[in-house]
Amino acid sequence: MFSDAVATFQPPVCNEVSVRARENVRTATSTADIEITGLSKTFDNSRRVLQDIHFSIPQGQAVALIGHNGSGKSTLLRCCLRLIQPSSGSIVLLGKEIIGLGKAELRDMRAQVGFVFQRHNLVQRLSVLTNVLHGVQARKKGLRTWFQSMAMQEDREEAMAKLQSVGLAHLAGQRVDQLSGGESQRVAIARALMQRPKMVLADEPVASLDPRAGDEVMNLFLRRIKDEGLTLLFVSHNLDHALSYADRIIGLRDGKFELDAPAKSENIESLRELYG
Amino acid sequence: MADHRSTDPGQTVTNCSMPPRFRTPGWKLSLLVVTFIGLICHAFIGTELCSMTVKEIAEMPGNVLHLLQEMVPPSTRGLPKIYKAILETLQMCLVGTVFGVFVSVPLGLLAAKSLSPHKSIYIASRGFVSFCRTVPDLVWAIFFVIIVGLGPLAGTLTLMVDTIGFAGRFFAEAFEEVDSGPQEALSAIGSSNNGTFFSCVLPAAAPSCINTTMFSIERAVQSSVVLGLVGAGGIGMLLEEPMVWQNYREATTVVLTIFIMLVAVEQLNGYLRRQLIGKSG
Ligand SMILES: Nc1ncnc2c1ncn2[C@@H]1O[C@H](COP(=O)(O)OP(=O)(O)O)[C@@H](O)[C@H]1O
Ligand SMILES: [Mg+2]
Repeated sequence: MFSDAVATFQPPVCNEVSVRARENVRTATSTADIEITGLSKTFDNSRRVLQDIHFSIPQGQAVALIGHNGSGKSTLLRCCLRLIQPSSGSIVLLGKEIIGLGKAELRDMRAQVGFVFQRHNLVQRLSVLTNVLHGVQARKKGLRTWFQSMAMQEDREEAMAKLQSVGLAHLAGQRVDQLSGGESQRVAIARALMQRPKMVLADEPVASLDPRAGDEVMNLFLRRIKDEGLTLLFVSHNLDHALSYADRIIGLRDGKFELDAPAKSENIESLRELYG
Repeated sequence: MADHRSTDPGQTVTNCSMPPRFRTPGWKLSLLVVTFIGLICHAFIGTELCSMTVKEIAEMPGNVLHLLQEMVPPSTRGLPKIYKAILETLQMCLVGTVFGVFVSVPLGLLAAKSLSPHKSIYIASRGFVSFCRTVPDLVWAIFFVIIVGLGPLAGTLTLMVDTIGFAGRFFAEAFEEVDSGPQEALSAIGSSNNGTFFSCVLPAAAPSCINTTMFSIERAVQSSVVLGLVGAGGIGMLLEEPMVWQNYREATTVVLTIFIMLVAVEQLNGYLRRQLIGKSG
């Protein structure tokens, strides 16, 4: 039943708008938002998880990262924000080298990048609105960013608007542990948007959902990203998602950079080989 | 190895002997058992249990009966004094725990492995909390009586230290147990350590912390009883005088009051805890 839903899955009709939005951005500046050179990662006394990765993503492009389980996709994404410390190599985000940044500078850099995890990683016992509001910590500090009850009115309104944009405004006062998996992931997306990011990284954002809810959330997520013309690097488990939403597909195999191709259905066979 | 296992299982059984029901103890175990028995005998002598005569044992029930007779009916003479002492005890407990918990939150943060800013700070705060916990209450009480003099202040400080030793440890554990995912998410947003702690760790650990706090109050009421015996304030002070003067009827009143106080606090505590945990968030 679910496999039918996946097979007949169609991308939404908003591609027209989003392409234009992205092109506008691209003409304004033509720098790369992510530029990775020679990135390697070895965890303590084990084999190399990432080996000499090179790639760059221009502003406004949506890139899907694919590869088998354990090929190092999550590690690569985490290295981009130094949630994991890379062993060697250079990572330039939004024109700035992040290796060697101090604590405060690194925080500023992270603030500009939204990160959607495989697990929604929300604070369970707090309300939906409070969780979305936490995104404002990218720009502000202190007491008034911790709970919606103490927040600035403008921030509460913005958080409400973000919730509206993922279709969850009616659940704003609900506690997160009462939501379904798909709703939780949408809240996490709203939180990432609340950062007003320039770029978004997403690590298999719908892998823990059932296929139908996964399609729904992925649709919404990528539509929001494209509407705002953001640069996107997302790990996808679903080749259809990758093909229909990404401009370009890159692939990892055993920690090595294996593939870099535009997302066109004529490559689908070689993609399936790498992925399936 | 694999070859052995692949052969017919019925055959391998005949090759092996069944393990005995009991093993013959090695010399280490024998030595341990002998030492232990020796220690118990030695302790027996130390407690004067074996120097009791048959006559003494025979007199015991009579003594108990005699004491009970002198204990009833409870005297009502000291009631106003007892009322004041109970109030003082509860005040000591409340102030001691509140301040103790107040100190325990940051201390627990420093003593949580995953959150502590530095390993040396982690070890130092762990050590401090353990020290507060392992030194007995009465020793703390005597220490504070010497420092600040007789009275409820010494008792309050003792209860505070006692709470730090207890709550500091459990807060640290509660903070450590908080799911790391949301914390990583907040780090990825670029929030500060403070931001992560207050908007993620503390709310997630809240039920456990509330539980610990309520239990601290209960513990404080229990341990406050004996503090009076060394002059650190509270109801225990009233227990000393009638005991010394063998005024057992008054002692009964005090003991009964203490019993009622403990049960009441326990019940109230349980009720409040259910209310708080059920609704917080
Ligand atoms: N913290 C870690 N310590 C040690 N090894 C790790 C750690 N995180 C990931 N790995 C290893 O790195 C490899 C790649 O993991 P990961 O990046 O999660 O792969 P993917 O997301 O592509 O499935 C795996 O073999 C995994 O065991
Ligand atoms: Mg992964």
